[in-house]
Amino acid sequence: MNGIVETLLDPFQYQFFVKGLVAAVLAGALCGLIGVFITLRGMSYIGHGLSHAIFGGYAAAPLLGIPIVLGAGLWGLASALAINAVTRRHRIGADAAIGVVTTASFALGVALLTKFGNKGPAFDSLLFGSINGVALGDLYLLGGVFIGTVVVFTVLYRQLLFSTFDPDVARVSGVNVGFMDTILMIVLSMSILATLSIIGVTLVAATLVIPPVIARMITDSFARMLWLATSIGLACGAVGMYLSYQLEIPSGTTIVLTNAAVFLVVLLVKGARGLRSTAGMDEHTDASVTSFEVPAVRA
Amino acid sequence: MTAVSATPPLIDVSHVSFGYGGPAVLADVSCTVVPGQFTGIVGPSGSGKTTLLKLLLGTQKPQHGQVRRAAGMAVSYVPQLETVNWNFPVTVEDCVLMSRKARTWNPRPSKAERSEVAEVLERLGIADLGHRHIRELSGGQQQRMFLARALVRRPQLLLLDEPTSGVDVQTRHEVLHLLDDLNRDGLAIVLTTHDLNGMAAHLPHLIALSRRIIASGPPEEVIVPGVVEQVFGARMEILQHLGMPVVVDSMDDDPARRASAS
Repeated sequence: MNGIVETLLDPFQYQFFVKGLVAAVLAGALCGLIGVFITLRGMSYIGHGLSHAIFGGYAAAPLLGIPIVLGAGLWGLASALAINAVTRRHRIGADAAIGVVTTASFALGVALLTKFGNKGPAFDSLLFGSINGVALGDLYLLGGVFIGTVVVFTVLYRQLLFSTFDPDVARVSGVNVGFMDTILMIVLSMSILATLSIIGVTLVAATLVIPPVIARMITDSFARMLWLATSIGLACGAVGMYLSYQLEIPSGTTIVLTNAAVFLVVLLVKGARGLRSTAGMDEHTDASVTSFEVPAVRA
Repeated sequence: MTAVSATPPLIDVSHVSFGYGGPAVLADVSCTVVPGQFTGIVGPSGSGKTTLLKLLLGTQKPQHGQVRRAAGMAVSYVPQLETVNWNFPVTVEDCVLMSRKARTWNPRPSKAERSEVAEVLERLGIADLGHRHIRELSGGQQQRMFLARALVRRPQLLLLDEPTSGVDVQTRHEVLHLLDDLNRDGLAIVLTTHDLNGMAAHLPHLIALSRRIIASGPPEEVIVPGVVEQVFGARMEILQHLGMPVVVDSMDDDPARRASAS
């Protein structure tokens, strides 16, 4: 018995594991929290694109002699604001524009890393996340972005909710919808930047989408959905990171697989009815999904 | 009407033209909205009535002419039901609260705010639905919830986009009665509609729109053969029933339509 417990607790004696675990917990919680707005606004494709764009900044910054966080941060912010501008100005064709810009940025990152080698973080750890090399600075960044996000979501709660649910009426009711969109893009790009080395470019989108979808299947309340998605993201981050150590698989992979497993369990428990409640998530602008039959007046 | 028209207008639209890059959607449109007014903007789709509504809302700016709004006026807007995602995870209370400006940093609604919402829901006859998810409401109840969200801002002017499109007859009656009550309490209301019999004929004042204002005044002056034909581009017969005009689509006059109908 003691042997089993020892084996289970074994990783906790290594400082790198504890750091990795804290990072995974923060990253999972952060992605789950912000993912609620991202999925309800139909922005997960933007999240996916943004992580690829930031990858270019990650690769380019060390070559230019700029600190990675600063370089990738500015790169990400610029991409986020550019995407925001494109989406707002041209509703149609925005997907294509985002696709071109972000994949080009990703390709540039791959090219730079292949040509000039590893001046910065390792190639595959950026793609799939890694438990190794989580520095104290990364934890501070994660913690800072997490606290910043919670503060922004608390202070602007009602305006963010209104502009997500019904932007037209929000605008008429005095909410600065453009400002809310910009704030969300900034929060999203900062979150992706902070979580990239834990979860990885290619898997960040999944951690943004899966916890909110699970939360939506469980609750009809927005406030509860925020709590639930954050908690699910947090728990999956912890479990995923632990599995990553034990199975020696990149941490982003195990975190996403844990998320997917929880999704399957909730789907089995809640059945198709739970899944139906997610209709319209991330398809907010799709009329075929958001249109509805007016129910008959109840007698 | 003379008593109300003496007060300064809430919105004054003068000689406004508007286009989305192509031909003008609105040409030389002038009208005013005064306190206590209840107006229906009538026209088929493409007549420019939604654009005129947007100009009144201030979400579109005219390319020519002027839209002057009374300083500090609160306007509320009720969109068509299908403009939002009814699967969105909010309750009726959440939804109504959204348009109530937050006064503190605490995202939770205060006691005062909750009682304000309860009061409005009560007024609209959906007091018991506050904790329901919005998807569980019938079309009429959803319309009332939108009205509650609009009223909780205590507006002087309420603008509605096709409030009865896609709802059944009973709901249409309920909405009409509600709006009438609100108007009697002094709220100015402007709505768009393409429904001449079900909606327009019951309103005190109409504006018939087809790029330009073709006619404006009470229904008996606006729902007349010449105007209706010009606005809707089809010949229609107009009968009188209980003192209200009733428009009858005179299909028999048009051999092509008769053939396609059979």
